[in-house]
Amino acid sequence: MSLSVKHLLGIKELQAEDIHTIFRTADNFKQVLQRPIKKVPALRDTTVANIFFENSTRTRISFELAEKRLSADVVNFSASGSSVSKGETLIDTVHNILSMKVDMVVMRHSASGAPWFLSRHTDAAIINAGDGINEHPTQALLDAFSIRERLGNVQGKRIAIIGDIMHSRVALSNIYCLNKLGAEVMVAGPPTLIPKHIEELGVKVEYDVKKALAWCEVANVLRIQLERQHKPLFSTLREYALFYGINRQMLDALEKEIVVMHPGPINRGVELNSDVADSNQSIILDQVQNGVAIRMAVIYLLSGKKGELE
Amino acid sequence: MKTLLNNKQLDITLQRLAHQLVENHLGFKDTVIIGIQPRGVWLSERIFSILKSITGKNDIDYGKLDITFYRDDIHQGNEIQVPSQTDIPFSIEGKNVVLVDDVLHTGRTIRSAMDALIDFGRPANVELMVLIDRRFSRELPIQPDYVGQTVDTILSQKVIVYWKEKDKKDEVVLIDKS
Repeated sequence: MSLSVKHLLGIKELQAEDIHTIFRTADNFKQVLQRPIKKVPALRDTTVANIFFENSTRTRISFELAEKRLSADVVNFSASGSSVSKGETLIDTVHNILSMKVDMVVMRHSASGAPWFLSRHTDAAIINAGDGINEHPTQALLDAFSIRERLGNVQGKRIAIIGDIMHSRVALSNIYCLNKLGAEVMVAGPPTLIPKHIEELGVKVEYDVKKALAWCEVANVLRIQLERQHKPLFSTLREYALFYGINRQMLDALEKEIVVMHPGPINRGVELNSDVADSNQSIILDQVQNGVAIRMAVIYLLSGKKGELE
Repeated sequence: MKTLLNNKQLDITLQRLAHQLVENHLGFKDTVIIGIQPRGVWLSERIFSILKSITGKNDIDYGKLDITFYRDDIHQGNEIQVPSQTDIPFSIEGKNVVLVDDVLHTGRTIRSAMDALIDFGRPANVELMVLIDRRFSRELPIQPDYVGQTVDTILSQKVIVYWKEKDKKDEVVLIDKS
């Protein structure tokens, strides 16, 4: 049993069975992480390069921890303070790193599609740690894994993704992942932040956040990505918080208890109030914890195969 | 295909292995039984239930150990394996551990199992019980303490153990792979 892909570029390319395999493997790694010795020697002959052309805290630490807990050798690279600022191209940078005999590359890049480009030019296994506004597959996997852990199952559950859908790679990967697992998905937010024709991905669209909360069992709340918005899409953050921010009163007004998620970093007081983010309905820190187990599973399952140049 | 142990013989062998354990670990105060996932567990389940009936004790510590992440052939071109569950709900610190597996061949699985075990603590000692010992195929200096049956085989042969619980029959056979 292994994955049908050689690289984890996006959830779009995965089969539902691949996702279940990753979950089953992550269950075991989660249990490894509870042990006194939180480390297994599975990848002691593997070298992984973490190449981050964009800022990251959680994802980067999570990947690095996952690699170290699998006993892999890790090299880190970030675009600031490297030759990229001297004008080196992506392919040259990566070729130089790979010529030092690296087996796997974890890459984040601000250009959508960058990992696909890379996978055509190298024979190392590529894991996409977020590319532009396209996909962030490990985040979607850990989100679905956390839902499965909290609710027992993902199939048939109603999940609302709320916030900046347009600029969020987490949203797109989540939509693919949840659809493949048989969940019902709704996106909600201001019309300017929801891409046109998104219904074609098989999701419901809602512009009233209260209606979305009333519909869903799980609310995955996303950050407003001001750094990617090059023109004003809403008047002020305060106004956004007023209409789309989620607070305690809104949750208490519901007849049921929904689960609240957030991929981080949270802008407290904008999309999520502290009285929601820190409540026991929130599984935000479980998501972070599951992130390590999910990334260990992905790295482990991809480690057996080297990609082949077509 | 040659039958090494039939239904009746397997039953007698299991009884004998369990009695040998009782002989060496009377009381089972500091002794724990750990089956190696996935196939050793079928044997350890049987041994455990026979032990319960002959000692009348219900509090013998029994666990299952998955060794997938400790294997030394992950990148040898073999298909990557999805692990089974590890379930050791007790401390092995200072205990006498009896590792249980169905077939002892190269010894590499047992090497992995010992590495995996040591990540859970420092046992006082570790013993090995196997149903079938393929004695001339060893690649590492590992020998069993309790053996169901010793067989002389060559590499191209394969020992298959069938269990009633999953295969609807109890039988051990030796086949020639072609």
